[in-house]
Amino acid sequence: MRNTIIWIAVAAGLVALPEFLSYSQQEILVFLAINILLVSSYRLLTLTGEWSLAHVVIMGVGAYTSALLTKAVGLYVPLGIIVGGVAAGLIAFALSYLLFRMKGFYFLIGSFASGEIIRLLWRRFREPFGGSKGLKGIEAMPDFSIGFHRFDFFEPASYFYFTALVVALCLWVLWRIEKSPVGLTFHAVHWQDHLAQASGVNVRAYRTLAFVVASGFAGIAGALLAHYVGTINPNSFSVEVMVFVLTWAIVGGTRTFYGPIIGCIVLTILNEVVLRELGLEQTRPLIYGAILILSILFMPKGLEGIVQKFLPKQEAR
Amino acid sequence: MIELLAQTGLNAIYGASYISLVAVGLVLIFGVMGVVNFAHGELFMAGAYVVVALYAERFVPFFIAVAAGLIFVGLLGLLMERSLFRPLRDNPLGGLVASIGFLMILQSLAVMGFGVRMEHIPPVTQEVIEFSDRVRLPVARLYVILAAVVMLSLLSYFLKRTRFGWALRASAQDPQAAALQGISVNATAKIAMFIGAGFAGLAGALSAPLVSVTPHMGHSIIVTAFIVIIVGGIGSLEGAVLASVIYAVVHTFVTTFYDGVLADITGLALMLLVLIVKPTGLFGTANRA
Repeated sequence: MRNTIIWIAVAAGLVALPEFLSYSQQEILVFLAINILLVSSYRLLTLTGEWSLAHVVIMGVGAYTSALLTKAVGLYVPLGIIVGGVAAGLIAFALSYLLFRMKGFYFLIGSFASGEIIRLLWRRFREPFGGSKGLKGIEAMPDFSIGFHRFDFFEPASYFYFTALVVALCLWVLWRIEKSPVGLTFHAVHWQDHLAQASGVNVRAYRTLAFVVASGFAGIAGALLAHYVGTINPNSFSVEVMVFVLTWAIVGGTRTFYGPIIGCIVLTILNEVVLRELGLEQTRPLIYGAILILSILFMPKGLEGIVQKFLPKQEAR
Repeated sequence: MIELLAQTGLNAIYGASYISLVAVGLVLIFGVMGVVNFAHGELFMAGAYVVVALYAERFVPFFIAVAAGLIFVGLLGLLMERSLFRPLRDNPLGGLVASIGFLMILQSLAVMGFGVRMEHIPPVTQEVIEFSDRVRLPVARLYVILAAVVMLSLLSYFLKRTRFGWALRASAQDPQAAALQGISVNATAKIAMFIGAGFAGLAGALSAPLVSVTPHMGHSIIVTAFIVIIVGGIGSLEGAVLASVIYAVVHTFVTTFYDGVLADITGLALMLLVLIVKPTGLFGTANRA
């Protein structure tokens, strides 16, 4: 009962939030919601112990798929977003045959290489991917009316409501997966892979499952992004973006569900509010780099470690 | 046709030279410290910018600028060892992530100091060795080739014939056993980091007048270096050199006969193939990762 009230309050807060923000801040809110989905899906992947460097490229697979299909076939945009997620999952499934022959550092490098190959293919084939210039004029989300209110999705506030709804739904699914027996097996595969294997768990199948599901949600995040910004190119999904995702995850911590989300929110606020106010946007990589180093040196548990200190002791996990 | 092959072969030798300087340093650092230095491409970039700052802007003689590049980047390596890799010694993933942080800082400093535009560096020498009409080797490229041969021979001598070199190889093989024999792990780490970073700086400084120098040039360098160390077998210096040659030949020929992007894809596919079929690479035995 108490939880229900809290969630209703959170939802009401999110509905009211854009009212208090300027146009550009509303835009930041849209990106923040998309990035939260991206980093949360990345966490599902890290649950099995493997750190991929292809996650942002996989997100791009969703973006390209949805952008191309809505334009070429005239697919309805929300359907395109779902298809984008499915396509990202399928590509991940294909890649898993190669990548899960590797572990640890080799997996990291292998995922990096396969991501770069996909990106270079987008660049090489002007038809249909648009080469280095990428895709322009991607279909926007069509207007949507709910009787008393008509949503115009060129408005960042409207698109934020749409994105927040999709992201909340995805986060709920991710949460349910983690709390299910499947999620517990992911943990087992990470911390005790030999024991898990000896107990009859098909370790590779579970690693693949985590990879495919995480990639599917990343694809949805990518499609959400593509239909908002309207143009994408191979550089939108470069390693630099991947480094930002890594930073959010590491600064926030990956042991809890909320860790990466906190990392993403805190760093986005720092980036968009503090740096922009001070006119230091140019130094963003410098500051992100310093934060990454400092948090790995001095805060190995991430921000979630700090939060946990102040929370009453709940489930110990 | 023969001439085209000869010219492409010369280009491949030049490519192999600077790639092997970079890759050997990466392997040395990995071997001794067990850390994959993602910032290695940016160390190359730093070496190139030392030449920009001294030779192109302050008219210091080129070879003094190159030496300064080697030493400056070597010192950057020592800084990384002391501030990042030593505290994170028991945490290889942490070291890797910290090196990504360092990479972003170096890149950002280069942008702030020099701007994002491509630097113009006056050519060191216009001389060209002409083997025939269509087979020519610019002397500036010859410098890179000579430097690679000399430095790699020196490194090989150092590792195989001197006591410091033995200590270094011992720590690479088994850090604990080496420490028990009285070899200082910190000292060997410092030497490896100085040499490894210095080689990257040297390669960057020497090739600065030959390539487009931008703050983001490190990316393609580190991708190439990763391909080379994976194909050669991580932790194997000979493998890294041999793989540099293989990679340079494949990359140069695909670039000449098809196009650059396809050459990049071929290189990455080669690496994936090695990772799948023989993850230890052509020469590798190490499985510290």
